[in-house]
Amino acid sequence: MSDLAIRNLFIIPTITFLIVFNIFPLLYSLGYSFTDFRASTNAPAKFVGLDNYKFLLNDEFIWRNFTITAKYVIISVSGQVIVGFGMAMLLNRDIPLKGLITTLLMLPMMLSMAVVGLFWKLLYDPSFGIINYGLGLGKFEWLADPDVALYAVALTDIWMWSPFVMLLSLAGLSAVPKHLYEAAEIDRAGSFYTFTRITLPLVAPILMIAIIFRTMEAFKTFDLAYILSSQPTTELIAIRLYKMAFLEWQTGQSSAFAYIVLIMVVAITNLYVKYLNKVKER
Amino acid sequence: MKTNFKNLMAGAAICAMSSTSLAAEELVIFWAEWDPANFLQELVNEYEEVSGVEVIVETTPWSDFQTKAFTEFNARGDAYDMIVGDSQWLGAASTGGHYVDLTGFFTEHNLAEVMAPATVKYYAEYPGNSGSYWAVPAEGDAVGWSYRKDWFEDPAEMAAFNEKYGYDLAPPATWAELLDIAEFFHRPDEDRYGVAIYTDNSYDAMVMGVENAIFSYGADLGDFETYEVDGYINSPAAVQALEDYKRLYGYTPPGWAKTFFVENNQAITEGLTAMSMNYFAFFPALLNEATNPHAANTGFFANPAGPTGAQFAALGGQGISVVSYSDKQEESMKFLEWFISDDVQKRWAELGGYTAHAKTLSSDEFRNATPYNEAFYQTMFKVKDFWAVPEFAELLTSANQRLYPFIVGNEGTAQETMDALAADWEATFKKYGRTE
Repeated sequence: MSDLAIRNLFIIPTITFLIVFNIFPLLYSLGYSFTDFRASTNAPAKFVGLDNYKFLLNDEFIWRNFTITAKYVIISVSGQVIVGFGMAMLLNRDIPLKGLITTLLMLPMMLSMAVVGLFWKLLYDPSFGIINYGLGLGKFEWLADPDVALYAVALTDIWMWSPFVMLLSLAGLSAVPKHLYEAAEIDRAGSFYTFTRITLPLVAPILMIAIIFRTMEAFKTFDLAYILSSQPTTELIAIRLYKMAFLEWQTGQSSAFAYIVLIMVVAITNLYVKYLNKVKER
Repeated sequence: MKTNFKNLMAGAAICAMSSTSLAAEELVIFWAEWDPANFLQELVNEYEEVSGVEVIVETTPWSDFQTKAFTEFNARGDAYDMIVGDSQWLGAASTGGHYVDLTGFFTEHNLAEVMAPATVKYYAEYPGNSGSYWAVPAEGDAVGWSYRKDWFEDPAEMAAFNEKYGYDLAPPATWAELLDIAEFFHRPDEDRYGVAIYTDNSYDAMVMGVENAIFSYGADLGDFETYEVDGYINSPAAVQALEDYKRLYGYTPPGWAKTFFVENNQAITEGLTAMSMNYFAFFPALLNEATNPHAANTGFFANPAGPTGAQFAALGGQGISVVSYSDKQEESMKFLEWFISDDVQKRWAELGGYTAHAKTLSSDEFRNATPYNEAFYQTMFKVKDFWAVPEFAELLTSANQRLYPFIVGNEGTAQETMDALAADWEATFKKYGRTE
């Protein structure tokens, strides 16, 4: 088969697919973001310039949604990195049934978000939830208390996605050359010194990749927070965006909102990638 | 070749004719998933016997109802021929061109007289007092209360209550009494609580709950003619109503921060609370011993009066509309003609539907049919509704964003909450050119 035929067979359909289902809607919604269009009416879209963007960036509730989301992303991702990397460190030694334990630890991330949400809702229940029973917290309200609900959602996310960080960290840890540890041992280096000077720098690039993935995912979390709590203090930007677009049918305004979120995610990801490249260069 | 072409054309004509006749034999009504939809399916099965037309009541969970309906509308889809839509949708669905104008049908059948006045006003007419009708009142509903009769009638409890509050323990006639009784029965140490109220901040759940207090305290959401809200939603009466609703929240069971009709019925079936707020449409389940072990001891009362004696309740229920994208509008109209007839409305009530038909509703037979029908009948003359304007969803969002943090999160004061809500609603009405 000639190169031309291969191009025609594989690349052109892929590009067509991308244009039809990604690029076209992206540009179409960009156009809508400058209009007052509402999908629920028969009224034509009217050009309003940057009004939607101005309104959103001046809306106190939208800023609250961003603040909540930032808090959630920081708690959730840092928790996953600490727990996931810790689990990987523990599993990166010769222990019995290592394969089975690793597989069992990976189970949470194989479950669907909806199932995890409902499952943890029961665990957090103040009347019969096993968490309050186990910790002796009486009728402590995890999801009903506005001050605690976001932490409860983040905790569930940490439980679900730490295994993902663990998996990538394990791959990074197993790639660290053994002779470096042997040399450190000969030099009588302490465990903290070995960790900070050998393990962490060599695992850092792969850990950064895990952080990038998890940050992007945490930024667009919807289902878990929606199922578990869905109150103002857990209203992440994805939830607000959904409500604006599909309950209020503010199509133009929600398109602008989606673009603001997109720009933010791209900016944060770029910062991470720049840092990743620096880490790799070291 | 010529013969083949003729055969082909003949075949196509037969197909076209048969598809028309097939299409006419089936109508789809879209509604939310709850008992009244099941009752309606039972009722419309009888339509097939008289007309040969099969009517299917397609349902979806309440949480998806609005999204699914409007997604279909926006796509100009003909999946549904009729829809039993929420009263708040009237503005959005009529101005959006999704509903067929039923003004002619209304006039022809004198429905403004045949149906109960409140149901005509809230389920059918938009804009208010315009004489334009978009739905036939189908399921009347409002918020009422259930309570534990055995707790209320316990001699020891009655004596203790009288000693503490200086009057007899009985179903509350006022919100002040409701608060006293909720406080009296609130005993977390005994796993017994005062009251179950709506606190879910999605869609209209909590807003309907708060409306019960606002309306009965003599306040209003705003002026429905001028869209003026300042001085209405943040009036002293409305502020007091919100403060008392928050007080009631203090007497709810643990974890009562995201509750709606399911949880409020559970509060009674699980023996958690003395009283529970809920739509009348959910009360049949409370009389069923299979679903409520306390069925024999469950009583009902209408929303109590406020401090000035005003007594109103938040409206639930829906009207049935013809979808403008349906190609079976004529058949749908025939169905509606059947649906509004006296006998069918009587049968609708017998099956468990809350008819909006004035004659049936006011009959002794209906009023005595269940322990809550009388309270329902009384309530249907004292109902008020949320804004039915096309931007109702934005108004609901503002209300949820302001009310919930105060009631559940203990943020700010009632006055600050209502002032902020008034400002939000003013901005929304201004945005859509309803006010200057």
